[in-house]
Amino acid sequence: MNARPAPATKSYETVIGLEVHAQLLTRSKMFCGCPTSFGAAPNTQTCPVCLGMPGVLPVINRSAIEFSVKTALAFGCRVNRACRFARKHYYYPDMPKNYQISQYEEPLAEEGWLEIEVGGGVKRIGIQRLHLEEDVGKLVHEGTLETAHASLVDYNRAGVPLMETVSKPELRSPEEAAAYLRAFRAVLVYLGVCDGNMEEGSLRCDANISLRGRGAKELGTKVEIKNLNSFRNVQRALEFEVERQARALDAGERIVQETRLWDADRGYTRSMRSKEYAHDYRYFPEPDLVPLELEPSFIAEIQANLPELPRARRQRFVSQHGLPPYDADVLTQSRALAEYFEAAVRDFPNAKVVSNWVMSELLRVLPGDDEAAIRATKLTPSRLAGLLTLVDDGTISGKIAKDVFEKMFRSGDDAAAIVKREGLTQVADTGALERIVDDVLAANPRPVDDFKKGRSAAKGALVGLVMKATQGKANPGLVNSILEEKLSKA
Amino acid sequence: MKTDAKPHLTQLTIHELVDAYRAGSTTPTAATEAYLARIAAHDDKVGGYLTVTREEALAQAHAADERYRKGIPRGPLDGAPFAIKDVFCTRGIRTTCGSKILDGFVPPYDATVVTKLKEAGAVVLGKTNMDEFAMGSSTEHSGFKLTRNPWDLARVPGGSSGGSAAAVAGDLAVAALGTDTGGSVRQPAAFCGVVGLKPTYGRVSRYGLVAFASSLDHVGPLTRDVQDAALVLETIAGLDPHDSTSVPEAVPHYAAALTGDVRGIKIGVPKEYFTPGMDPDVQRSVREAIAVLEKLGAATEEISLPMTDYGIAVYYIIAPAEASSNLARYDGVKYGLRVPGGKDLIDMVSRTRAAGFGAEVKRRIVLGTYALSAGYYDAYYGRAQKVRTLVRRDFERAFARVDLIVAPTTPGVAFRHGEREDPLSMYLNDVFTVGADLAGLPGISVRCGFSAAGLPIGLQVIGRAFDESRVLRVAHAYEQATSWLEKRPQL
Repeated sequence: MNARPAPATKSYETVIGLEVHAQLLTRSKMFCGCPTSFGAAPNTQTCPVCLGMPGVLPVINRSAIEFSVKTALAFGCRVNRACRFARKHYYYPDMPKNYQISQYEEPLAEEGWLEIEVGGGVKRIGIQRLHLEEDVGKLVHEGTLETAHASLVDYNRAGVPLMETVSKPELRSPEEAAAYLRAFRAVLVYLGVCDGNMEEGSLRCDANISLRGRGAKELGTKVEIKNLNSFRNVQRALEFEVERQARALDAGERIVQETRLWDADRGYTRSMRSKEYAHDYRYFPEPDLVPLELEPSFIAEIQANLPELPRARRQRFVSQHGLPPYDADVLTQSRALAEYFEAAVRDFPNAKVVSNWVMSELLRVLPGDDEAAIRATKLTPSRLAGLLTLVDDGTISGKIAKDVFEKMFRSGDDAAAIVKREGLTQVADTGALERIVDDVLAANPRPVDDFKKGRSAAKGALVGLVMKATQGKANPGLVNSILEEKLSKA
Repeated sequence: MKTDAKPHLTQLTIHELVDAYRAGSTTPTAATEAYLARIAAHDDKVGGYLTVTREEALAQAHAADERYRKGIPRGPLDGAPFAIKDVFCTRGIRTTCGSKILDGFVPPYDATVVTKLKEAGAVVLGKTNMDEFAMGSSTEHSGFKLTRNPWDLARVPGGSSGGSAAAVAGDLAVAALGTDTGGSVRQPAAFCGVVGLKPTYGRVSRYGLVAFASSLDHVGPLTRDVQDAALVLETIAGLDPHDSTSVPEAVPHYAAALTGDVRGIKIGVPKEYFTPGMDPDVQRSVREAIAVLEKLGAATEEISLPMTDYGIAVYYIIAPAEASSNLARYDGVKYGLRVPGGKDLIDMVSRTRAAGFGAEVKRRIVLGTYALSAGYYDAYYGRAQKVRTLVRRDFERAFARVDLIVAPTTPGVAFRHGEREDPLSMYLNDVFTVGADLAGLPGISVRCGFSAAGLPIGLQVIGRAFDESRVLRVAHAYEQATSWLEKRPQL
C-alpha cells in the first residue's frame, strides 16, 4: 500500500468565511401572522400568505426587524437607515412562491465585528453584512431523494424569519471557524433572538473556504460547504477540506469553484454542484414591500437596551468575581447560566465556591446552554446559596451536600428542610466523636500498628472507617484532629 | 327595440337601482333575478362570465331585501348586482385568472376589495372572463373562451378586463371590478362604451388580486356612469393592513365632488397623444369633447409629455419582469393544474407550466426572465426603472402647469377578433394608457362619441396622485353635458 505523502498544509494559508442563518424567536412569521413554534403537525401553521397562494401580499414583522437590529448593534454593525427586500428566484417545492423574499443590494446592516478567543489571544473577525429573509418549508421524501416515489412538503417552517450574517473571509483555521460560530451563537442566545439549537436547525452554517500560498495577496478559488449542523461538524468538515485542497494544490491541480456537501457519517465533503450550474437568482427589489425606513430613535432605543454581551460578562467575571478565565468561559456560555451564577453569588458571596458547584454539580444535571431549563429549575440560585451556607457553617459535610443537591434538584425543597428531615447534620460533637474514634481504634489494631511503624497513609484508612461509622456525618477536620491526638498518645 | 319608455331593471345605474330599492319600487332580489335571467339568455353570445354564482347571488340579494325592508340598508351599493373580474380571489368560488393553470383553484379567502363590496351589501353575480393573468388587450388570450363586444359581436371588448366591460355594456351586471396594469380597465371601458376608473397606486388594496405586475397593478371599477364609479371607489378605497403598498390617506366622499362645475380647472392636452396614425374618428371625438369642456368653463392648453414614446418599451420590460417572478409559484405542487407522468420534480413542473400557460403568458415569462438575468439586469430592468422615473417626472412637470390631462383612451376603436395577431400591434393599443400606470396616477375613461361604424370612443382624464375627486368631477360634468349614454347596444 502506498502511503500518500502528507500534504504540505504548512505552506498554505487557510481563508474561511462563514454564513450563518439564524431563525428568529419571534412569535409570528416574517410576513404573516402564523406561529413559528417547532414541532407542530405538518402544514398546520400555515395561511394563504406563507403558502404563497395567488393574490397574497407580505407584511413585514416588526419584531423581526427589532431582533435583527438588536443583533446588528451587538456586532457593532452600521444599521442602514433605509433597507429593501428583494426577491431571490429558484425553483424548489419547499419554497411556496418559487422565490424567497430576502435582501440583496440594500441589507439591514453592514460592517460589524465579532471577537473570538483563539490560542490564548483575542481576534476580531469582521462581519460583512446582516440581512433578513424568510425560511423555506421542509421536503420529506419517501426513501432517498433519488429513489423516492413521492415527496411531501411541510410548510410550517416556510416564512419563519431568518437572519443571515456573513463574516468577512478573516478566519484562518477550522478552529477559528468553530470559535467564531460558538461566540456568534452565544451572542444570539444572550440577546434572546435565537434559541441557537443547531440540531433543530434554528442555527445553520455554510462555510466558504480557500487556500493560498503563504504571503499571497490574491485569494484562492473558494469552495462552499453546506450542511454543517454542529460546531464539531464545522471544524471537521473544514479540516477535511483544508487537507483535500492542500493535496490537490500539491498535486498541481486546480481547485474547482463549487458547492460541496459535508457528509458527517462518512467524514468527507462531496461535490453538489459546480459553478457552471450556478443559479442565476434574478434578484430584483420586492415590489410588494415599500423600502423599510428605520427611525434613528428606534435604533437608539434598541441600543440603549442591549444586554451585557458574553465577552464583556466573561471579562467582568474575571475582574469582579476573581474567577479563573476557564470558569468565566463556562459560566457565560448562556445568559441564563451567567444570571444563575450571579444570583447565587449575591446570596453566597464566595464566587469560586459557587462557580465550582455550578460547574461540577448543576452542569452535570442541566446543559449549560439550555436557557429554558436553567431558568425553570426548582433548584434556584437562592436554594443553591442556602446549601452552600450549610456547608460553610459546618452543618453538613461537602459529601452530604452533594446528596442534598440531588434531592433538592428533584424535589425543589430547601437544603435546610432536607437536612433536618433526613437527620444529615454533621456530627461535630467532640465527645461523641471521641467515643466513636476509640471504638474504631479498638476494633482495628492493624492500621494502628501500621501507623506506629511510620506508615502515615494508614491514618487515611482510619479516617475513612470513622466516616463510615458515622454514615458520613462526621466533620472530617474534627475526626482528623481527634485521631491525630489519640494516635500520638497510643 | 324596446317600446316601453320605462327602462328595464338591468339598464339602471347603481344609484338609480338603489333609489328604486329605497322607494320600494323594486328589490335587490328582483334586480338580481333580472340580471341572472339576462345572463342566462344572452351571455352565451357575449361570453362575459367564466363563472355565474347564482345561488350565492340570490342569497346575498335576499339578505339585502331584508335590510331594505327593515329600513337599514348599508349604503349606496347595497343590493347592487356586480360582476368580478376572475383575477380577484373569491372565497369558495373558483378563481382562474383566465388561465388553465389555475383550473379548479378555489381560494380560501376573499380579496380585500371583494370583502369591502360584500360588506357594503353588493351582490356578486359571478366572475368575468379576462386575458390570461391580465396579459392582453382583447380578452382573446383567455385560456377558456372568447368574449364579444356587445356593440358588435364580431369585435373584441378590449382587455384584459374585457369580460367585466362587456358585462356592464351588455346589461349583464350593473357594475364590475377590473384591474388596470397597462390600461386594462380604461381600454376595455373605451371599447365597450362604459366608464372605467383606474385610481392612484396605493389608493385601493391589491390583497387578493392575483398579481401580474405588482408595481403596476391597480384595481378599478367599470360602471355605467361616473357617479357609480365614484360610489364604488369610495367603497373599495383605503388603507389595508394586508397590503404594505396601500396608503393611509383619508378616503374623500367622491360622489360629493360631482358638482358639475369645472370652471377655472386647467386642462392640458398632450400633443403626443394625437398621432397621425390614429383613428380619425377618435381624434375628432376627443377634440369635440375638449371643446365641450372649454364651453363648460375649463381652461385648456396644449402640453407635452415627451416620454410618451418610451412608455410601451418601459412597460414591456417592467411588467413581464415582475410577471416572470409572480407567476413562478404556478408549479403544480400546491394548487391548480398538475400534469402527471413527470419523471421527477423538475419534469413535473415543466410539464405543468408547458400545458397550463398560454402562448402570450409564456412569451412574457421569457421576456421578463431575460430582462432580470445576470448581465442583462442593468441594461433592461435597471434602465427601464430609470426611464419610468422620467415618465413620472414628465407628468409632474405637466401637473405643475395644469390640473388635469385630457386625451383619447385608445388610438382606435374595438377591432375584430383575430385582427391583431402580431403581439407588437396588440401592445401598441396601450400607448395612451400605460403612462398613468407607470406613474401610478388616477385616470378615467368615459364615452365621448361613436365611430362611423357605431363603435364607442373613450375620452381619458388623468389627474394628480390622489386627486380622483377632480378627475371624477370633470368626467361627470362632461357626461352630464352630453347625451352619449342614451345609446345602448342591442344584443
